[in-house]
Amino acid sequence: MLTDRRRTLALLGCIIVLALAAAWVDLPSNPGIHIHLGPIDFDREIELRRGLDLQGGLQVLLEADVPPEELVDPGAMDATRAIIEQRVNGLGVSEPLIQLSGGRRIIVELPGIEDPERAIETFGETGLLEFIDAGRSFLPAGTVVTTTEQLAAATPVAAAATISPETPARQLTITATESATATPTVVLTPTLPSKPEGPVYQTILTGRHLTGAAVEFGDLGLMEIRFQLDDEGTALFAEYTRNSVGQLMCIVLDKQVVSCATINEPIPSGGVRITREGGFSPEEAESIVIRLRYGALPIPLRVETNRTVGPTLGEDSLQKSILAGAIGLTTVALFMLLYYRFPGFLADAALLIYAILVLALFKLIPVVLTLPGIAGFILSVGMAVDANVLIFERMKEELRAGKQLRLAVEQGFSRAWPSIRDSNFATLITCAILFWFGSYFGASIVKGFALTLGVGVIVSMFTAITVTRTFLRLIIDLDVVKHHRWFGV
Amino acid sequence: MFDIVGKRYWYYLVSAIVVVPGLISLILFGLNFSIDFTGGSIMEVQFEEGSAVQPAELKELFGEYGFGDTLVQSSQGNVFLIRSKTLDQETKRAIQGEIEERYGEFTELRFESVGPSVGGEVQRRAYLVVAMAAVAILLYISFAFRHVTNPVRYGACAIIAMVHDIFVVVGLASIFGVLYGWEVDALFLTALLTVIGFSVHDSIVVFDRIRENSRRYAGLPIEGIVNHSIIQTLDRSINTQLTVVFTLTALLLFGGITIRSFVLTLMIGIISGTYSSIFNASPLLVEWERRPELLIYALSLLVPPVGLAAGLFFGLRGDERSRPWARGCLVAAVIGALCIGGLLLLRGMLPV
Repeated sequence: MLTDRRRTLALLGCIIVLALAAAWVDLPSNPGIHIHLGPIDFDREIELRRGLDLQGGLQVLLEADVPPEELVDPGAMDATRAIIEQRVNGLGVSEPLIQLSGGRRIIVELPGIEDPERAIETFGETGLLEFIDAGRSFLPAGTVVTTTEQLAAATPVAAAATISPETPARQLTITATESATATPTVVLTPTLPSKPEGPVYQTILTGRHLTGAAVEFGDLGLMEIRFQLDDEGTALFAEYTRNSVGQLMCIVLDKQVVSCATINEPIPSGGVRITREGGFSPEEAESIVIRLRYGALPIPLRVETNRTVGPTLGEDSLQKSILAGAIGLTTVALFMLLYYRFPGFLADAALLIYAILVLALFKLIPVVLTLPGIAGFILSVGMAVDANVLIFERMKEELRAGKQLRLAVEQGFSRAWPSIRDSNFATLITCAILFWFGSYFGASIVKGFALTLGVGVIVSMFTAITVTRTFLRLIIDLDVVKHHRWFGV
Repeated sequence: MFDIVGKRYWYYLVSAIVVVPGLISLILFGLNFSIDFTGGSIMEVQFEEGSAVQPAELKELFGEYGFGDTLVQSSQGNVFLIRSKTLDQETKRAIQGEIEERYGEFTELRFESVGPSVGGEVQRRAYLVVAMAAVAILLYISFAFRHVTNPVRYGACAIIAMVHDIFVVVGLASIFGVLYGWEVDALFLTALLTVIGFSVHDSIVVFDRIRENSRRYAGLPIEGIVNHSIIQTLDRSINTQLTVVFTLTALLLFGGITIRSFVLTLMIGIISGTYSSIFNASPLLVEWERRPELLIYALSLLVPPVGLAAGLFFGLRGDERSRPWARGCLVAAVIGALCIGGLLLLRGMLPV
């Protein structure tokens, strides 16, 4: 008996410690965990992550733009993801999410982004930069061209990229410091096997030879883009410009001509400046630089799914669901108290601990909270109560059958357990299937719902059983409950 | 004491009254799938106060860009919901520029676009998901009840109750789709699977009691055991139901409008789940013991080819017991085929 009571007390201690720890995590002003002990450096911010539907933002599902029958190299796909991640970080969004989904898709989620279109343009385009020899033909900006590089990239690149930058046709000049003379040569490569329409232009250089790119202000305070070539690139560029003075060279980004310029002089230094009459707009320049800086995507992508939610819609939904959740929970707590009296009160206490624990888990895992996720959480409260209802109904039956209070409580728990276990397991199975389905096509709302409901069900089994039972045992040991009426019998 | 098992045919009738209209609507009108499943774009824009844009004007503008079958809905506060075929970035930008030019400044509240290939894949995957959930649950119940005689019956009866709830929810979605333009989207699928989980959850609670009682009262008639078990768990079923209804009602009344149809679907599905676990799943266990042919007839009615096959099977067996069964199956199959065929014909005649 004594060891029993000691165990109950120990359990109560554990529950209190756990609840306090969870309550600390739940504090809105939680400073996060920062441990700096000798060699150990541990930093972890603790905050509730809100989904796109609650704070607004952009979710994009990008798919490899290659023919469906063709296999996509997983390594290349991963490299693509990494480059997108770098580009997104260049955008300065907080808490972006970039992940592979299946073999040929990448999900990008950017909460709270202000200009979704510019963002897609920045991270979603292939970013293949080419300098092509246009011979004597001037190509207006925006022209889609075929180049030797594109044909050489063994993967049969499917039609033009679906997203393309807005490039007003404005004249551009490329300048360098030294001058020299050269004989013009027009190089037009013969048509390659893969039946391209129109002429194929010779690629002189690609973005691979870039070592850095930056936005700068030019002489007139206009924005220009400056980039630096590596040694090999410098040599190639110098060689070409020396031989082609007076001809046109075009800069092509993702198969589209950005600008064409006449080569006035050879450029041996490897430092190149792109200017445009009127300058670039800051956003455009930034977007181009980010693409240049992190290199081309190994696999071309197209936007398959695009969801944008404005911030006002999200904020409004959050306020309303919190209010609804609070009202729902209060009603349930009142119902339990009125119907089950004393145990109902204990169940409510367990419910409070449940809410504290689940919220702490949401922050720690972290679960991204979405609108359906909140609904999932509120539903799981129903499940938590269900476990208690099952137990209390069982206890009442045992009491009515004339059993002692202590025995009735223990049997209530042990007899209700199989149905709680089996029924909750069935719900967990559906949660798992929903989670899998949600991850498959990047429906974070479906995933969020499955995760919150699943976490809720697991925690509810702990609180409804362990916590309520500990409370009840303790109360019975204290011998304060005198009447069965307290149990609603 | 209530005699639920004795009055089971009345309860089956109630189920039929609820399910049949939904099924008819489903055959006649199908489901109103959202862009999640079909691909397409939704744009929600809000014009500044005082702007007098008409939905028809926006529709016309989309038509000029080759998006003829665009739907435009207007709601309070100069908000317009525009549904069209999948817009790519360039077209979207061009159209938005044009809108701004003609009708003035606006804010884009929401933009969703799903490519047609993803939509089709999601739809296929959705059927797979529902089927997987059913199989997983059947397996789990058969496992959990493995010590009972005929564990598969428990699984199968839970599945029948589950199918009942799926029909209620999907039928409702079809009817509301016709009446109020409800869409079947990824959230609807989420609600449906949750309903499945809860339906099975409820069935298991009652089954668990039957499992316990059939051990305790071995030898007594199954009607009594099942009825007793239902009565014993009735308090629990109603109370749990109430708590869920409380929370969902709060969400329905005070929650955001975006999840209103989701919450309503959940609520109706969960009520149906409790009903079916008490009044269908458990009495069906009795039915299976007493008059299994009724189950086969019901299946024949819903899926005529199965009835035809069963009818032939019993007919060929040709013993005393099988002959009336064969007739019953064939009659049910013919009636089922006539009903379904008639509805399909009617559907063909409906103006789309």
